[in-house]
Amino acid sequence: MSTLSDRPRNSVVGEAVPHESAALHVTGRALYTDDLVSRTRDVLHAFPVQAPHAHALVTRLDVTPAHAVPGVVRVLTADDVPGVNDAGVKHDEPLFPSEVMFYGHAVCWVLAESLEAARLGASAVVVDYEPLPSLVTVTDAIAVASFQGAQPHLERGDVEAGLDRSTHVFSGDFEFAGQEHFYLETHAALALVDENEQIFVQSRTQHPSETQEIVAHVLGLASHEVTVQCLRMGGGFGGKEMQPHGFAAIAALGATLTGRPVRLRLTRNHDMTMTGKRHGFHATWRVGFDGDGRLQALDATLTADGGWSLDLSEPVLARALCHIDNAYWIPDVRVNGRIARTHKTSQTAFRGFGGPQGMLVIEDVLGRCAPLLGIAAADLRRRNFYSAGQATPYGQPVRHPERVVTAWDQVLTTSDFAARTAEVTAFNLAHEDSKRGLAITPVKFGISFNLTAFNQAGALVHVYKDGSVLINHGGTEMGQGLHTKMLQVAATTLGVPLPTVRLAPTRTDKVPNTSATAASSGADLNGGAVKNACDQIIERLRTVAGGRLGINPADVRFEGGQVHGVGDPSACIPWAELVRQAYFQRVQLWAAGYYRTEGLHWDSSLMQGEPFKYFSYGVAATEVEVDGFTGAYRTRRVDIVHDVGESLSPLVDIGQIEGGFVQGAGWLTLEDLRWDTGDGPTRGRLATQAASTYKLPSFSEMPEVFHVSLLQDAHEDGVVYGSKAVGEPPLMLAFSVREALRQAAAAFGPPGTSVDLASPATPEAVYWALEGARAAGTKAEHRHLVEGSHLVEGGHGIVPAQPGPDAHALHPISERWANGEAADAGAAGAVDDESTGPGEHVGAHR
Amino acid sequence: MTSQLDRPAPTEGSTGGLIVNGAPCTLLGIRANATALDWLRDRGLTGAKEGCAEGECGACAVLVARPDGDDRTRWTAINACLVPAASLDGQEIVTAEGLGSPTALHPTQYEMAVRGGSQCGYCTPGFVCSMAAEYYRADRVAAEIAPDEQERDHEHGPNGFDLHALSGNLCRCTGYRPIRDAAYALGHPDPADPLAERLTRPAPPPQRTHVAAPDGEFNRPATLPEALALLAEHPDAVLVAGSTDWGVEVNIRGTRAAHALAIDRLPELRTVEVDDTVIELGAALSLSEIERLLAGRVPLLAALFPQFASRLIRNGATLGGNLGTGSPIGDAPPALLALEASVVLASVAGDREVPLADYFTGYRQSVRHPGELIRAIRIPLPLAGITAFHKIAKRRFDDISSVAIAYAVDVTDGVVTRARIGLGGVAATPLRAIATEAALEGRPWDRATVQEAAAVLRREGTPLDDHRASAAYRSAMLGTSLLKLYAQPADPGRQEADA
Repeated sequence: MSTLSDRPRNSVVGEAVPHESAALHVTGRALYTDDLVSRTRDVLHAFPVQAPHAHALVTRLDVTPAHAVPGVVRVLTADDVPGVNDAGVKHDEPLFPSEVMFYGHAVCWVLAESLEAARLGASAVVVDYEPLPSLVTVTDAIAVASFQGAQPHLERGDVEAGLDRSTHVFSGDFEFAGQEHFYLETHAALALVDENEQIFVQSRTQHPSETQEIVAHVLGLASHEVTVQCLRMGGGFGGKEMQPHGFAAIAALGATLTGRPVRLRLTRNHDMTMTGKRHGFHATWRVGFDGDGRLQALDATLTADGGWSLDLSEPVLARALCHIDNAYWIPDVRVNGRIARTHKTSQTAFRGFGGPQGMLVIEDVLGRCAPLLGIAAADLRRRNFYSAGQATPYGQPVRHPERVVTAWDQVLTTSDFAARTAEVTAFNLAHEDSKRGLAITPVKFGISFNLTAFNQAGALVHVYKDGSVLINHGGTEMGQGLHTKMLQVAATTLGVPLPTVRLAPTRTDKVPNTSATAASSGADLNGGAVKNACDQIIERLRTVAGGRLGINPADVRFEGGQVHGVGDPSACIPWAELVRQAYFQRVQLWAAGYYRTEGLHWDSSLMQGEPFKYFSYGVAATEVEVDGFTGAYRTRRVDIVHDVGESLSPLVDIGQIEGGFVQGAGWLTLEDLRWDTGDGPTRGRLATQAASTYKLPSFSEMPEVFHVSLLQDAHEDGVVYGSKAVGEPPLMLAFSVREALRQAAAAFGPPGTSVDLASPATPEAVYWALEGARAAGTKAEHRHLVEGSHLVEGGHGIVPAQPGPDAHALHPISERWANGEAADAGAAGAVDDESTGPGEHVGAHR
Repeated sequence: MTSQLDRPAPTEGSTGGLIVNGAPCTLLGIRANATALDWLRDRGLTGAKEGCAEGECGACAVLVARPDGDDRTRWTAINACLVPAASLDGQEIVTAEGLGSPTALHPTQYEMAVRGGSQCGYCTPGFVCSMAAEYYRADRVAAEIAPDEQERDHEHGPNGFDLHALSGNLCRCTGYRPIRDAAYALGHPDPADPLAERLTRPAPPPQRTHVAAPDGEFNRPATLPEALALLAEHPDAVLVAGSTDWGVEVNIRGTRAAHALAIDRLPELRTVEVDDTVIELGAALSLSEIERLLAGRVPLLAALFPQFASRLIRNGATLGGNLGTGSPIGDAPPALLALEASVVLASVAGDREVPLADYFTGYRQSVRHPGELIRAIRIPLPLAGITAFHKIAKRRFDDISSVAIAYAVDVTDGVVTRARIGLGGVAATPLRAIATEAALEGRPWDRATVQEAAAVLRREGTPLDDHRASAAYRSAMLGTSLLKLYAQPADPGRQEADA
């Protein structure tokens, strides 16, 4: 057992403590970026001018009428940018565009004394456009081969041979929607030039270091001239990983040009029409099973709808490819990926980061094929689990595959699955107009940034002379409880009570060069760094205490704010007294901590290696009831067992599991991004751009009975205090909702009915699915009731497209740096479409 | 009117100010179109948040002292993003900051904090306010809890907490379970709790208010004659009752009304009168108030209310407003059409009564003249025996109908003697399903009749494709609705089916 994962007895980690800011949250005292405005003098307010075209050239931009609006101070345009006019890391996201790439694209920003004046000023700006043809749907883009970025290819074995030896071959296609993050707090930034001539930006960002870098490159400054602070976020979910940078840069640009603080806060409509979302995907596939339903081969092509620029689409796609296996052993695999360029918002990170999309494809395949194979869906899934000694298609051994079996069996038991399956069958026989479904699905999710370089973190821990402790780390708090866990880690390592430790907001001048708080890795990485800093301090204090107690320093124990010798708790020194003594002995009482994840390697151009430190596992069983008149449904009961290793903070972890599950259920059943695909003047406009039209789960979608358990005896070696990451994996437990709906819809038809279910499975989609099942009972044609979703039996149905000769593999610039290939990449000018020129950094690949 | 926006604008008129968290505050200098949320946040009370600015998420919820009869007060949660700050003149409000402090948490705050009810915390102050309103509800009583977890009433806690109190609050982090547990763990207020004590005294009376600011005027007259006189003077004035539409116009569409006329506290618009032939509902009563005052007397409305937006909205929204905006997807019109309601329009020239079936003339248009306001809604008696409200939407709580179908059917000796069906979402106006009604009346109430009539209903209206639903689905829902009514006699609204 490693020191990192070794958990002392009576540790503060493992205690179920409330969120560290809970008392501030509930009393309205917790401050978010935009709450600082009323505390700041002379603030200017920013408002965008949004283009009313999906694709157009800006032929004239006349800002003078805006200046006639009282209160307008300045209009920011491309001419004002002293550095690089780009908001991203790929140089494909102009901050002030000359070509409008999506409906609602901001072409300039108005600064004014009040938000009202800025709004009126923005409406006064005159912009002439030359409309251009646009691609709105992913299928539009596929039809004309509008792709961007790399086309990764993942292959193991011989997929044609695998299909040839299969007893059953099916092929199909499936298009499924993305998801709006709908963090309750929209994007905001507050920038000022501080008393030290430094640019200081308060930003709600999951990636302060990258926000700092983008602000610096837009302003033409070095990173040490810009500091970014993130107090906390009102939700992030990946939507604040890449998206905040441009808004922070606008505010910072305004502050430098006017000398006044500039506040930028998006309205909900702005946020929904301007910022990226979860990628919708299109998938075509062929699959082979042997006579017992064991997967033999999978041939698939996944097309991510990337929107107008690359953003994080390449690593999202890579993770989708790396998760198409979910928990299943597939001997022969070929998966191709590509990114459609469409005239929509640039889609980005969202909890799961492509993993959910890859896994949805295989779960859809299994859900549709099970009735055709004559095997219960639960049995088909269980039969295909990985077993010990097997590896993923990208070559990583699947460690602890028995954990998914343990979780599965536990859910079968605690949910009373067999008896309830019989009850569901009886209910369905007795009810003509409503049907129930009970489905169980597994999750296996790889933890670590796919891109190895990001798997590092820093922390800064101060012990003051009075014994109080202040910690700072590179991770950001967005509600996931990272700060709570970091306080617990520090208190555990230092052996002090939790209230002894305080945490200061995340700032780039405290801990530099941080990775995004993303990929579920926040606690693993920053916990490692916080613990490392605390360990350094403890080692120094151990010497002081050993001398004082007259024992070998190795025998000193730090527990509950007391310091004593092992086996002799009676002779002890209070923590604060030891600290004070150490100060007078001139012992350094602070430390910078650092952590890098060991044992990772990944070649993204070959899509092979061991990119993940470990896998997280979980299993969920969900029962739904569907109304045959409307397709409306209720989630009657959910049972979950999820693997978080040895939990650092059980209240936090259970909250992540429940919240992730419901958010996943929202993606799969309710949340409906609709763009105007017509040819009228609002083509490309997001039709569901407000809370009134884009519905996220509310209390009515909460499972009526909701049981969540943490997998026991799940210590994870090599990770901070034996824990595992928790942020993303539970989202994918919601596949059980979708599969339960599919089974309930199928129950309206004869036994063995295979149901095509659109995603999201809204009541309307479920209605068409159950109508399809009913039609199957009358032998009527039903296959095409569900648009964009077809299934064909036999090997010559739908054949996934293969990449053309000009398709190139992923080859992130950072890997070239690591291999010495990119020595010239810092020179001006792009090497190719993946290079980023001056101010090089590795942000776009994870 | 926008030309002086950014100079310190002298606001004319008469405002007294209001009490926020127990402290008096002035409203001097406010804009007529400023929302209460912006006003609070500008004052540094940043607990209330903007999440959507259209009354859908509840992050801005605050408590207002509203009348509970003549001599008591009810703490009522509303969306601060929707109401004009000026409309709170003379009122008492409490925000999350006023309920408790980190060292002295309110019971709702304590339960939310210790049970993991907050993650990112952004929606939390709004949840706490909605929860506190239900916590202080005087008629909340503990209930028996069913031993079988699956068979429980999932919308009420053992402490009598009605989960619908939180139907207008969205959380993106928790999945709601810990928030529900917090709500269901609440006890009952200590009578010495100042907010509980406040319930025992009358609510602040409405305040005659006049704000004349550079961005427009806001007027709250004290009586109906005063209101009608002002309306005659400014026939283009925007009538504001619950503000649930005004706020959306201001925040989302950028509308700035030159004149806003608040009518929600006019005593003449706030009564319920019942005699042998008619129930008259004041147009400015909030839906929550009507729900309480009717207490199930009109089963169709009792079926409608829980499906109508959210508690936060129903605490403001009025029947007059729902009819006044003329939206084809409002949920009240189909129900009122099925009830054969009429509308009483008042102006300086007097009252006139218009059957609701004749009221709507086109998309968001009606026979209401400038200078008229809706004073009351009249529902004729006796009520039909079989009633139901079928709302088709993506989400069960707080969604907008893609189709709404309301039924009021009388069956005597197995024969349909009278059928009235109101439809929403299938045409430019709410409408009656006249052909379907004819297909039912005089026919036996049996499966054959229902199937025939269902086929007629399927073809009613002219549904459109939009982001809520396809035209095909809307038509299909019309077609299945009557079958559902017939098949599911236990549906809400069917309580009096045997009467």
